[in-house]
Amino acid sequence: MGRHRWLLFLLMLALTIGLACAILSLPDHMEGLQKVVANKMEVSGVSHPVTAVLLNFRGYDTLLEMVVLLLALLGVWSLGGPRPRSEIAPGPVLDCLARLLAPVFILVSAYLLWVGAHAPGGAFQAGSVLGAAGVLLLLAGWRLRFSLAQLPLRLVLIAGSAAFVAMAALTLFGAGRLLEYPPAQAGILILILETVATVSIGVTLAALFLGAPPEQKEKQ
Amino acid sequence: MNAAFLYALVGVGLFFLGLYALIVHTHLLRKILALNVMGSGVFLVLVALAKRTGNATPDPVPHAMVITGIVVAVSATALALTLMVRVAAETGRAELPDEERE
Repeated sequence: MGRHRWLLFLLMLALTIGLACAILSLPDHMEGLQKVVANKMEVSGVSHPVTAVLLNFRGYDTLLEMVVLLLALLGVWSLGGPRPRSEIAPGPVLDCLARLLAPVFILVSAYLLWVGAHAPGGAFQAGSVLGAAGVLLLLAGWRLRFSLAQLPLRLVLIAGSAAFVAMAALTLFGAGRLLEYPPAQAGILILILETVATVSIGVTLAALFLGAPPEQKEKQ
Repeated sequence: MNAAFLYALVGVGLFFLGLYALIVHTHLLRKILALNVMGSGVFLVLVALAKRTGNATPDPVPHAMVITGIVVAVSATALALTLMVRVAAETGRAELPDEERE
């Protein structure tokens, strides 16, 4: 392997230099789509450009992304889950920490969701924080009640994708364009979509962390 | 040439560092980590090149794409890790069979 490794190293070096030259040959100043987005901001319903792009101008990206998350979870579940791990009781520190931090995480998540309309934040950041809260709770030994771990959990998992598909269908048949909101209602529609997506993303991420279908037991 | 290019070049470096590790290492966990490093390199290139607008606000479209990409990368990593655990459970080790070495 030793000699081949040097060849590989040289190949990687050549590729790095090639791609670096390609990047350096790009123009120094590039407007990109910044002006296009800035001109359309008034009709987007939010005042932060990234959120406007994510939820409005390129809403179909986000729709498909929710589906990707769902597909990943289906893949993880269909693999049968990990070997049963030993359930060790968490130490008192982790237990207390999880109890203290979980509400804070949920609060931060809600804040990020709300602030996404005019500052960095939004559904994915909020969903990740919510997912982190779920992971912390799972590590601390918390499990979802069995009755909630069946149908209610699955409904929450698909809620994000379902909300996006429903919105896409509504706008498609209402206005004739996929995910093109009427400007007057765009703000509230985006907030509703983001809220549902946040919960869905958070629960999906925590379920991905657990890695097993909820027959064994599940997350928030 | 401005600071954005420096970050973009670091991104290129990260990408090929990850690609090298992906090819060299046999353990699947290292391969998954290498893929993540490669992804981070791509994200860094995208975010850095979006800063070439010449004013305070960068081009928001690549930024939105990177957010999308991060979430996809996380879910793909989770799926890859589950596959790895499954391979380890089936074969007893977290490596793909290497014909040459057998």
